[in-house]
Amino acid sequence: MTTRYIGKPLKRKEDPRLIQGISHYVDDLNLAGMHYAAFLRSPHAHANIRSVDLSKARHASGVVLALSGADIDGAIQPVPCAAQIPDMKSAARPVLARDRVRFVGEAVAVVVASDRYAARDALDLIEVDYEPLTPIVNPEKAIAKGATPLHAGHKDNVAFKWELEGGDLKAAFKSADKVIRQRLVNQRLIPVPIETRGVIADYQPGEGQLTVWSATQIPHLLRTQIASMLNFPETLVRVVAPEVGGGFGSKLNVYPEEALVAYLAIQLGKPVKWSESRRENFQATIHGRDQIDDVEVAVKRDGSILGLRCHVIADLGAYYQLLTPLIPTLTGLMMTGCYKIPAARMEITGVFTNKMATDAYRGAGRPEATYLIERVMDLVAAELKKDPVEVRRKNFPQPNDFPYATPTGLIYDSGDYEKALDMALKVADYKKLRQEQAKLRKEGRYMGIGVSTYVEICGMGPSSAMPAGGWESATVRVEPTGRVSVMTGSSPHGQGQETTFAQMGADVLGIDPSQFQVVHGDTSIVPYGIGTFGSRATAVGGTAVYKSLLKVKEKLAHIAAHLVGSDPERMVFADGKISAKESPKKSVAFGQAVSAAYVAKTLPADMEPGLEATTFFEPSNFTYPFGTHICVVEIDREIGDVKLVRYVAVDDCGNVLNPLLVEGQVQGGIVQSVGQALFEEAVYDEQGQLITGELMDYALPHASDLCWIETARTVTPTPVNPLGVKGVGEAGTIGATPALAGAVADALAPFGVHHVDMPFKREKIWQLMRKSSGRVQ
Amino acid sequence: MIPASFEYHAPKTLDEALRLVERHGDEAKLLAGGHSLLPLMKLRLAAPRYVIDIGHLRGMSYIREENGQIAIGALTTHSEIEHSELLAAKCPLLPQTAAQIGDVQVRNRGTIGGSLAHADPGGDYPAAILALDAEIIAANTSGTRTIPARDFFVDMLTTQLHPGEILTQIRIAPRPPQSGTAYEKLHQPASGFAIVGVAANVLLGNGRKAIERAAIGITGLAAKAFRAEAVERALNGKTISDKVIEDASRNAAQGVEPLSDLHASGEYRREMARVFTRRAIARAIEAARGVSRGGV
Repeated sequence: MTTRYIGKPLKRKEDPRLIQGISHYVDDLNLAGMHYAAFLRSPHAHANIRSVDLSKARHASGVVLALSGADIDGAIQPVPCAAQIPDMKSAARPVLARDRVRFVGEAVAVVVASDRYAARDALDLIEVDYEPLTPIVNPEKAIAKGATPLHAGHKDNVAFKWELEGGDLKAAFKSADKVIRQRLVNQRLIPVPIETRGVIADYQPGEGQLTVWSATQIPHLLRTQIASMLNFPETLVRVVAPEVGGGFGSKLNVYPEEALVAYLAIQLGKPVKWSESRRENFQATIHGRDQIDDVEVAVKRDGSILGLRCHVIADLGAYYQLLTPLIPTLTGLMMTGCYKIPAARMEITGVFTNKMATDAYRGAGRPEATYLIERVMDLVAAELKKDPVEVRRKNFPQPNDFPYATPTGLIYDSGDYEKALDMALKVADYKKLRQEQAKLRKEGRYMGIGVSTYVEICGMGPSSAMPAGGWESATVRVEPTGRVSVMTGSSPHGQGQETTFAQMGADVLGIDPSQFQVVHGDTSIVPYGIGTFGSRATAVGGTAVYKSLLKVKEKLAHIAAHLVGSDPERMVFADGKISAKESPKKSVAFGQAVSAAYVAKTLPADMEPGLEATTFFEPSNFTYPFGTHICVVEIDREIGDVKLVRYVAVDDCGNVLNPLLVEGQVQGGIVQSVGQALFEEAVYDEQGQLITGELMDYALPHASDLCWIETARTVTPTPVNPLGVKGVGEAGTIGATPALAGAVADALAPFGVHHVDMPFKREKIWQLMRKSSGRVQ
Repeated sequence: MIPASFEYHAPKTLDEALRLVERHGDEAKLLAGGHSLLPLMKLRLAAPRYVIDIGHLRGMSYIREENGQIAIGALTTHSEIEHSELLAAKCPLLPQTAAQIGDVQVRNRGTIGGSLAHADPGGDYPAAILALDAEIIAANTSGTRTIPARDFFVDMLTTQLHPGEILTQIRIAPRPPQSGTAYEKLHQPASGFAIVGVAANVLLGNGRKAIERAAIGITGLAAKAFRAEAVERALNGKTISDKVIEDASRNAAQGVEPLSDLHASGEYRREMARVFTRRAIARAIEAARGVSRGGV
């Protein structure tokens, strides 16, 4: 295969329609006779519901239906949780609260009206008698003795305990020269996709057909779950994810509104739409992170790490969503990072609190792992008075150590960590940066340099290690006109599969990328698939496409060879032609061979007509991209403002299909990390009110907060798939926070500070400098 | 995010608008750029019975010279102020301030009249119009009156405007020679509002070696924007030095009860008032001396 398009920075096929605003998100769709749902949500973090009076709302103008939890009792199953941990307690989220509300924003009742204004107005007519209970907000207090359990039948607020241990930890700590301890807090974040969630459901009673349009990352899984939750025949459920405006994991879920809006459409026999407001999105769509990590590390004086122990308190919120309990366990699997650490142990306590559930948010447990291990490496360097780069280098596995088995039970596929590190040091001119830092410090200016060498786990993943299937499907169908339809189960929400899969197809079949239409997101057209998350779309979904392309290609080679009188093995696909190697005269146009497959008069004997192939690709392992990020900040001594001065990212995601998209993913991921490091924090007050409940108070990074992000790459292909691709959707978010945190800690080193918890808000930094201003070194 | 129902009026003339405001009194809200009112309505924190959209009034958006003063129509957008050549030459503090409001979209829609009348404690213009000793013209059905900027702000979200009045114009004296201005702001990272914003307007004397007169407006620090008179007193008549500026700036929060919220404690705001007052004064002096970007 000649690679004419793979590896080239083709512009995204998706963009013209998105930029012009001429394509359709859920809220852009309108059906005849549409009705509108609005949800009444709890203003209390924790309260018993004594009664819900819907009588006034039901009589309001335009209202056709109003339901409380009692009205749907037994009719809709609770929100599913696919993740299972031994002995975990149940905490299923009801579609509408029944007897008790457990977080601010939990849906209590729903109203359907002929327009969305009437639906909203009717909410004000619902009378709910709440008996407020003491909110349990702080996870450590939640598991303290005497705390009231959130859920009936539980004896406390511990959802589960999970342990992982590998290697001889006792020996490691016994033979250590030093043991360093630190508490690290990964604050709760709100995913904030530009498009909030939205659902439309339409039910045709004659055919019994239920169609649900939803802003989701997982149309097929959602279809199965809606069918289960409503006890409705799955074959009659069609889920469509039209344009999806970002998800970051928050749409990798099944929400009450998705099942309930479908239920309402069935009850009413009318299409029903619900569009989530930004405030609802903040309160009732999953949150991310929220871990307290107490870590201990055993080190030798020379900087070698002997063992790592960590206790994690994971704040799960009030209920499980689809993957809630799984997320912190990924932190455990990845806790040793890109280092040869012989022994490690993690204990996780999952805790219920009166907050929205946490779940997968870009990186999902792995940013927490990188943050943990990379902060540890910096603390070790500071303690031993060594350069943070050298401490990292000392503990790297070498290229010939791969596949490398970690004490946490993973097998890292391939890697050359030193190569990425050296490239980053060179691009950043690390030595010169250190000299500049020393010079500025003498002038009373506080520049900091942070280094993060990371590895992440993606390409999710082998089904054996996934809660609901880790394979992916793809169908390639060459249509009679010669145009190619590619149906992928990896339904994108901004990743650009329409472009990358077309590039791949063009090279395999020797035709132009414009001949490909990548179809996704509609369960009635696309074979059952898993979805887009866990940086899997290219490594797993792309491989499924590739394998289907090869099957189609092989069939075409047979047809072409038969037509020109040559051997299928000798057929070359290029420039829209299929030609025999031995003679340019033995050639057919691509379209001619395709046509032969459908007209079916000149096919080789015993060959079936048609030109379509489907693959269900099951990967043998995860993939493990890696890289080095270097961040330079300067802190304004007077106001505590952290200014990004430089950012260098060297990422190795294996082979690259489209460098433009890879760069975009890396930069976007890093910017999201800048958000966590500098600004973002979901703050619940003591009453359990989300006080950063809108964009006026929850700060996202702006372009003006950034510096240019310099990117470079090393390429270490994975043996896990034939494309050699690893995945890059989350790498930026996984690699970047520790570089930012390291830079801030480094800038503050003259003040005797070695660790600060994120976010690095100005006042916090200012206070730290002020408190120790008497002893600036 | 759907507001409660309201009756919408879109008068075409000021007289028509004033009659509506008079008739509906407290039950009416004026809509200009909509950047403050609409979010409150969408969250149902405000539910006016009547919304009077003055965005269609003719002849309320202008920046021009009138009788030796600069007159700015209330419906002039932040963006128009930011890019006005007349203001850049005669009153650079306003463009300097406008350029730091929100983002491009906000500046394209928001109006100076709306911003002043809303009197958000973190709004930017209040600091500037205080430091400029501007005049605010308000109209009702029986005529107009002039309110000095210093009297205009009463409390958080409260101004001297009476029910039935519409803010129609802002008047400013053009800047004298040897004067300089600057607006220095610490923005709240989510909303862009000022945690502290300091507008400095200095007139130099004695061969530009001394401060003849200083006017300092501070926003964000307290429930309402105010003139930092203690800072001004410490500057007026003094020969310029770093120490004079630094010492004067220490008085920035004198006699003021600082706000305290999620984004900044009172203590931090107080300290930032000092820092940003110093920075604003220093830049205003640079501008007056013609040595820097201060003249926009």
